Amino acid sequence: MDALNALVVFANFVLIPATAYGAQLALGALGVTLIYGILRFSNFAHGDTMAFGTAVAILATWALQAAGIGLGPLPTALLALPVGILGAMALVLLTDRGVYRFYRAQRVKPVIFVIVSMGVMFVYNGLTRFVIGVDDQRFADGERFVISVREFREATGLAEGLALRTTQLLTVVVAIIAVALLFWFLNRTRTGKSMRAFSDNEDLALLSGINPERVVLVTWLIVAALAATAGVLYGLDKGFKPFVYFQLLLPIFAAAIVGGLGNPLGAIAGGFVIAFAEVTITYPLKRVLGYLLPESLEPDGLVQLLTTDYKFAVSFGILLVVLLFRPTGLFKGKAV
Amino acid sequence: MIRVASLHKQFGGFHAVDGASLEISKGSITGLIGPNGAGKTTLFNVIAGVLKPTSGTVTMEGEDITGLPPHTLFHKGLLRTFQIAHEFHSMSVRENLMMVPGGQSGETLWNAWFGRGRIAEEERRLAAKADEVLEFLTIDHLADEKAGNLSGGQKKLLELGRTMMVDARIVFLDEVGAGVNRTLLNTIADAILRLNRERGYTFVVIEHDMDFIGRLCDPVIVMAEGKVLAEGTIGEIKANEQVIEAYLGTGLKNRDKVGA
Repeated sequence: MDALNALVVFANFVLIPATAYGAQLALGALGVTLIYGILRFSNFAHGDTMAFGTAVAILATWALQAAGIGLGPLPTALLALPVGILGAMALVLLTDRGVYRFYRAQRVKPVIFVIVSMGVMFVYNGLTRFVIGVDDQRFADGERFVISVREFREATGLAEGLALRTTQLLTVVVAIIAVALLFWFLNRTRTGKSMRAFSDNEDLALLSGINPERVVLVTWLIVAALAATAGVLYGLDKGFKPFVYFQLLLPIFAAAIVGGLGNPLGAIAGGFVIAFAEVTITYPLKRVLGYLLPESLEPDGLVQLLTTDYKFAVSFGILLVVLLFRPTGLFKGKAV
Repeated sequence: MIRVASLHKQFGGFHAVDGASLEISKGSITGLIGPNGAGKTTLFNVIAGVLKPTSGTVTMEGEDITGLPPHTLFHKGLLRTFQIAHEFHSMSVRENLMMVPGGQSGETLWNAWFGRGRIAEEERRLAAKADEVLEFLTIDHLADEKAGNLSGGQKKLLELGRTMMVDARIVFLDEVGAGVNRTLLNTIADAILRLNRERGYTFVVIEHDMDFIGRLCDPVIVMAEGKVLAEGTIGEIKANEQVIEAYLGTGLKNRDKVGA
């Protein structure tokens, strides 16, 4: 019984939140890794692309709510997601036309692109606040829980309860669908193969008659869709604050680098590694260990390795270790 | 077919190509030889659109193609291979070949999702063609191997195979025989000759192996220090004093004398 209770506590406070968070990071890291593989730079504006797409989706959600259209138990934001995706697509395509294409024509070094993307990041940053304001926004509606703590206790008779929020389940389901579509696209369609070819060997791709502008266009469209989806899922799960997406850049980049930059499978693995590390290290494990260990060995402290204030330090730590010992990441991406 | 007029390419203060002018006639296999650093590969890169010339023009059958991007030139039938073999390393050999023909219907986003039947049909045709090419090059047993795992010589064959996937008009081969053993070199030479005779490809070949050049090429153009030094049949080139001094060296001259 104690072991079961320990498992339930662990699942409730670590397993479920980390899985949802990991799925959000994985979607974000996929966007970063695609840009790195095909356009060959680290896109610092990615976090704010997510924020902008989410902001547009929130506006659409409010419009739908005002019109009385909803999805019943599911959040209305799911209906508004395509609008958010279109908004993010329009934004990145305009940026590519106006900014990145100029530098591509000059064939500038990747480091220039990185700095340019930082400039773009600040513009997006301001733009998002302009559109939706600087305050927190709540836009989740529908049923809050799939399983609530009370129901779980009554059903199982265990001392500990387990909650599964709708947004958490939704995050994982949507992420699985998005990833399945992406991998099908990259492996089975000619455009996807062109993208992989471009990522493998740019010179050869050009001399094989692959139109680079078309590959870049499709890449941006896919990245915008992934960014808006990741942003909306994160916002549904944890609430929308414009600056939070900027902070998400660190764990997202850590995930992409841990997995191996340029490698989509790596981005997904990296997302979950970072999420599980962050949640496990910042969660006080006393209650889990209390069930598992004999009374004499029961820890006095909280066994919380870091407070949640330091959660970004976890990403930093993992990032440093990976860059020192395996710079190409777990799945052999490109060296940074 | 291709006319290059007083072409210059400068990298900083270094003149890689320094006023080269030459002409490549249709249906020929032209050899381009010269010492290392003579500007042969740079010339290829400028013609193929990888590099923009500092000055000068390149025309293809009267049409100015100076500075056009590589993928545009590809669709005009101008192809090139690389000195160090390039490949899409994460794809199979067959997929590498299937990447080549541009303008496939799967390239538009709409068709990728909604035109599945047509794409499947097209891919079947391409796969069959790729297998044919692989058989021609005697590497059909490697069709499903990842291209990154091929040996250097096999990658060179793959480079050649790429040019056979479309109806090329002119193909620039950059040291296609370098680091390749004799048997494979003969396979490559045969393939080049057959493509030239049966399909009317025009070839320009950079090569250091004089036997290979002698067997395939007429005319031969010699470059040195970014300029065209001489042009003529292999016999004329071998007898040319300037060429011997700049490239072939006296060893060959003496050997010819001994032979005679």
